[in-house]
Amino acid sequence: MLEIRDLHVAYGGIQAVKGISIDVPTGRIVTLIGANGAGKTSTLRAISGLCKNRKGSISWNGKDLTGSDPVAIVKAGIVMSPEGRRIFPHLTVLENLQLGAYSRSDKDGIASDMTWVFDLFPRLSERRAQKGGTLSGGEQQMLAVGRALMSKPALVMLDEPSLGLAPLLVREVFDIIREINDKGMTVLLVEQNAHAALKIAHKAYVLETGRVTLSGTGEELIADERVRAAYLGG
Amino acid sequence: MNLATFIQNILNSLTLGSLYALVAIGYTMVYGILRLINFAHSEIFMLGAYFVFWGITLVHLPWPVAMVLAILVTASLGVLVDQVAYRPLRDAPRISALISSIGVSFFLQNVAIVFFQAIPREVYRPQWLEDPILFHGVRVLPLTLFVPLLSLVLMLLLIYIVYRTKTGLGMRAISKDIETSYLMGVPVNRVIAITFGIGSALAAASGIMWALRYPQLQPIMGTIPGFKAFIAAVFGGIGSIQGAVIGGLTLGFIEIMTVAFFPDLAGYRDAFAFVLLILVLMVKPTGLLGERPEDKV
Repeated sequence: MLEIRDLHVAYGGIQAVKGISIDVPTGRIVTLIGANGAGKTSTLRAISGLCKNRKGSISWNGKDLTGSDPVAIVKAGIVMSPEGRRIFPHLTVLENLQLGAYSRSDKDGIASDMTWVFDLFPRLSERRAQKGGTLSGGEQQMLAVGRALMSKPALVMLDEPSLGLAPLLVREVFDIIREINDKGMTVLLVEQNAHAALKIAHKAYVLETGRVTLSGTGEELIADERVRAAYLGG
Repeated sequence: MNLATFIQNILNSLTLGSLYALVAIGYTMVYGILRLINFAHSEIFMLGAYFVFWGITLVHLPWPVAMVLAILVTASLGVLVDQVAYRPLRDAPRISALISSIGVSFFLQNVAIVFFQAIPREVYRPQWLEDPILFHGVRVLPLTLFVPLLSLVLMLLLIYIVYRTKTGLGMRAISKDIETSYLMGVPVNRVIAITFGIGSALAAASGIMWALRYPQLQPIMGTIPGFKAFIAAVFGGIGSIQGAVIGGLTLGFIEIMTVAFFPDLAGYRDAFAFVLLILVLMVKPTGLLGERPEDKV
């Protein structure tokens, strides 16, 4: 279980996150929805250790991670797949995946996870020797998710995994998220596509200008009038 | 020019070219990862040569042992320079680290002047590198075979590290996107330290062999070869290891062959590299194999 209490994040004097508290129970899919600039990405960046200007507490299965750096956080079992995919275009698909496993040294475990990722994304298997930059947008997204999975995380944070994808691919991405979750991984999902995110989420938070304004189960929020008006197009 | 002289000139070009290439690799690797021109690199080159000298004269080490030890000590020094002078500036504007590197360069040079004194020192050269071999009528100096061969071995080792090891994968990832590498669990600072270590080891090897070829040590001996190797790196496309090797060899050939074919131009020898730099910057600023610099978001 990931517990965030009173998290503050600032960038050069601008407060992006102003004291949010979030729980991500083990084995669940939790989503953060909200408009641009609501503080969703900043929250994920703070959890992953990228933002140094963070206050409040981040605890993971009882262990305090507030001051940890990204490497320690990956080792603790939390990985983030960043917004915009950020795959390495000059490395091959295989190398991108190997890079995801950088923090690990269990060769057999890495090999079996590689097989699993290739089963999950057969397209990547076909293109394993190709440079990441030559993949289509959808394939790059699959690679970004697969790369994150290669660290054998207990908690995967996905930042806008469906951004810029064709509707059919968006469905595929959400199916994959469910599949990952069925495998026992906890998912913290940030999405613009609020409807799809709420549909698969066990728990959801609405963020507005750096604060949590609403929370509940996915179903509750889909039914909520305010959420419908603001994020689900009425 | 007869064939024998021509072959000798080829070997001389290869020798000089590989010495430039080894230094250029250090510039290009550090630039590739940090977008930093490490001006202290010339002094690392100089210190490598001095460490062999002191290893032999003070501690009476055999030459090969002194050479290996000097490379290791210089590599550690390169890592130390990064830790002390560049790492605290990682989040600062790029120009700060650049200025810091110029400071380190002056500092190391002056430390060398104070501790090693400015008088030129004679370098010990093993006899077997000196005695010419006759090969089908061509007199070959073993040194002109030794330098390119050892450089080749070092470069193959480097290519193995960069393209076949986990650390190398980390280096290639960091050179494109530090933040995402960090997110994937790559210990960025450690990989950068290793990069400085490798670059410095290659510069030390080059400095040591330079001192065999031009057997005089001076605290300022690194400046001109350092500048030329930097030009070689720019010519090949800064950030590209293959480019640095091609650039270094090209520069070696241009220098030796121009003087060989036009002996009158010998006095302008040092100017060739700088003319080449100006031409490259005018015609193809990214160099032979360089990529178009992208703006980092």
